[in-house]
Amino acid sequence: MNTPSSYLPIIIQLLVALGFVITTLVASHLIGPKRKGNKKDEAFECGIDGVGNARVPFSIKYFMTAILFVLFDVEVVFFYPYAVNFKEMGWHGFAAVSIFVGFFLIGFAYVYKRGALEWDK
Amino acid sequence: MQYIFYTLAFFAILCALFVVFEKNPVHSVLYLILTFFSIAGIYVLLNAQFLFIVQLIVYSGAIMVLFLFVLMLLNLNKDTEPQKSVIFKTAGAIAAGSFLLVLVAVLKDTQQSTELSAMTDIGLVKQLGKTLFTKFVVPFEVASILFLAAMVGSVLLGKKELY
Repeated sequence: MNTPSSYLPIIIQLLVALGFVITTLVASHLIGPKRKGNKKDEAFECGIDGVGNARVPFSIKYFMTAILFVLFDVEVVFFYPYAVNFKEMGWHGFAAVSIFVGFFLIGFAYVYKRGALEWDK
Repeated sequence: MQYIFYTLAFFAILCALFVVFEKNPVHSVLYLILTFFSIAGIYVLLNAQFLFIVQLIVYSGAIMVLFLFVLMLLNLNKDTEPQKSVIFKTAGAIAAGSFLLVLVAVLKDTQQSTELSAMTDIGLVKQLGKTLFTKFVVPFEVASILFLAAMVGSVLLGKKELY
């Protein structure tokens, strides 16, 4: 797993997976029967007529959750090189990662106290 | 190897152009994901495997979700789309032009080191971890303070004032 060429199996798997998806989608699109019409093409919403469109601005809570997710996601990514070197690093590496996680915990405590993760507030 | 690089680079540039020229912003974001994937492929060619993983997990996964959320926070209806004035357009053109100038200058001064960079092991997860946790441990901790600032800032901006 040390040279670019060792990624060849992954590329082949990616190609096979993508090729399967694209082939089936295109084939079903081409082979399947199509009946078009005003009534048929209408968006079906439990029998109720659609009102407006889907492009409405929505709550910032979703965005807050997403941005906090990204931050903690990046934190977890840094665990990966640490986990590979876990034994060799010893206490020195543990201290470094502990400080790193400590700052994140402070942030998490702040986020939790401010109620940014509570949905109904 | 070289042909793979040229294919990936061509694909990245093509998708980046689609990002700019696509009218529908959601399609733009999807093309941006394709761009990130081809750049991740270039990282593999450079033997930078940690960057490859991070590119896939963080950029294609998390950041793109963020982009989509930003898009959906905005009002995307046709009639409310703001028309940029000429001043903004010229300012943007000047800014992008200066950035291009800096990029070209940097690229001109860079030594040709493609052969060298393809052989190095520094991008592997193990070597990168060793360097990160010994030589660059202080910047690593400072980065966590940056994350703390980002967290506090986003909560401060996004949360309604409780007091």
